[in-house]
Amino acid sequence: MTIISTAGLARTFHTQHGPVEAVRGIDLTVRPGEILGLLGPNGAGKTTTLRMLTTLLRPTGGAATVAGCDLLADPVGVRRACGYVAQSGGTDPQVTAREELVTQGRLYGLTKAQAVERAEELAREMDLVELLDRRTAALSGGQRRRLDIAMALTHRPKVLFLDEPTTGLDPGSRAGLWDLVRRLRDEHGTTVFLTTHYLDEADALADRLVIVDGGTVAAEGTPGALKRTYGGSPDASLQDAFLAITGRGPAPADTAPVAV
Amino acid sequence: MPLPPDQPRTLMPLPPLLHDTALIYGRYLRQSLRSRFALLFGLLMPLLYLLFFGPLLTHLPLGARGSSWQVLVPGLLLQLALFGASFAGFTIIVEKSQGVVERLRVTPAGRLALLLGRVLRDATVLLFQAVLLVLAAVAMGLRAPLPGILIGFAFVTLLAVSLASLSYALAMRVDTPQQFAPVINALTMPSMLLSGLLVPMTLAPAWLDALSRLVPLRYLVDAVRDAYVGSYATAHVLYGALVAVALAALSVTVGTRVFRTAGA
Ligand SMILES: Nc1ncnc2c1ncn2[C@@H]1O[C@H](COP(=O)(O)OP(=O)(O)OP(=O)(O)O)[C@@H](O)[C@H]1O
Ligand SMILES: [Mg+2]
Repeated sequence: MTIISTAGLARTFHTQHGPVEAVRGIDLTVRPGEILGLLGPNGAGKTTTLRMLTTLLRPTGGAATVAGCDLLADPVGVRRACGYVAQSGGTDPQVTAREELVTQGRLYGLTKAQAVERAEELAREMDLVELLDRRTAALSGGQRRRLDIAMALTHRPKVLFLDEPTTGLDPGSRAGLWDLVRRLRDEHGTTVFLTTHYLDEADALADRLVIVDGGTVAAEGTPGALKRTYGGSPDASLQDAFLAITGRGPAPADTAPVAV
Repeated sequence: MPLPPDQPRTLMPLPPLLHDTALIYGRYLRQSLRSRFALLFGLLMPLLYLLFFGPLLTHLPLGARGSSWQVLVPGLLLQLALFGASFAGFTIIVEKSQGVVERLRVTPAGRLALLLGRVLRDATVLLFQAVLLVLAAVAMGLRAPLPGILIGFAFVTLLAVSLASLSYALAMRVDTPQQFAPVINALTMPSMLLSGLLVPMTLAPAWLDALSRLVPLRYLVDAVRDAYVGSYATAHVLYGALVAVALAALSVTVGTRVFRTAGA
């Protein structure tokens, strides 16, 4: 049983300075109810992969199905099944949080009354009740992040894609988000596909990690397995494993002295 | 606190295209109503022409029946739509950088609805401005038959729909306002001059008249000028209507195609 599967998924951007192979053939499968962490250095192709899996970007190669719907043949089916929180959010600064939530509900087919009620529910869930009538420009970065996530949960998606959801969150909000992600999985069976640069977060939250580098999968496995295989010793940190996999480790200690 | 259990969805009473278009239209109309200043700002240029250019024409032989106002006001109406709708795409460049465009595109909302909701908002705003402009023109001395004035509004709406669609299509393809504005300026200024918006092309030398027949806007201007003097069953009105409808169909098709495949 898989809820996401990709085969050779690829995307090349054509720019004035020539082609950029952002994603060069990714094969991966995700089980229903799994929390999958996608890790990789800046520019590895994480956001591009997410944008393809959410139908925002047409792949230039390969194929994928999400929640049983083929990306190209049934994009609307994919959209109904997915929620997506983009790396940079997606709310209009001039609009109130409430209006954004209600519009979102109605775009997913709720009636006006249902959408208003769902907005209140999500606000309680995401601790936004006091902030509902503020324009989103007047929210702090972390508050706006919670609103982005509330919007993505509007239709109770089967698969939730989160692109760096905890960047800019304070420790309390971050812990709250981890809780929410686990709760979505435990109580609703939601599959969560998230990217992060925080290895402690990946370690604590994800059932399985996929590490991409240069647009291809460099390693995958449970956090424990990656530490054992790549970290060198059983009690290595995920950081050691990550640096070994992506080949960006600090230079060995005995090279030339550092000139700063 | 657990998430509430799933609720059954009620069936949508409207066909999806209408439902989604109405939603997007409402969203952007509220956006326009929030900035009353912008709502009136678009009127500034045609009003200035009306006030400071219109009186210059009153004793000139413009070669048409009726008063000079019946020649100038149709031109100003279409000029309003030309500039107002051509720059509509600016807002989508801003929204792309805010992530709003992708956030809407990731929902199941129809791609045509995402375009039409915006375009109909622009048409509504321009129609509102067109009504104010005609009222101001009446105060300045315009007298024209009501059916003619209504036909003029129909042409304003069709032109606004066409140009706003094309403008959004272009804006989806570029990354910055600096790439967008020069293209729009390079297209709107020649269109304005070559279509005889301010002074009819019937006064032009033969080569300029011939050249202007290549500009679609010319046919709309001629049609509205005929309507403003009460001549409805003329070749000008027929050609104008055909060009306006064809342009709208083509532009909305192009716009939808871009909205469907955008994200490159
Ligand atoms: N629209 C685009 N046009 C051209 N190149 C692009 C475009 N979008 C992304 N790229 C390039 O594709 C590569 C992958 O980008 P992507 O945004 O997927 O990386 P990422 O893994 O999300 O990085 P980060 O951790 O910094 O968010 C980068 O080299 C990027 O410059
Ligand atoms: Mg990214």
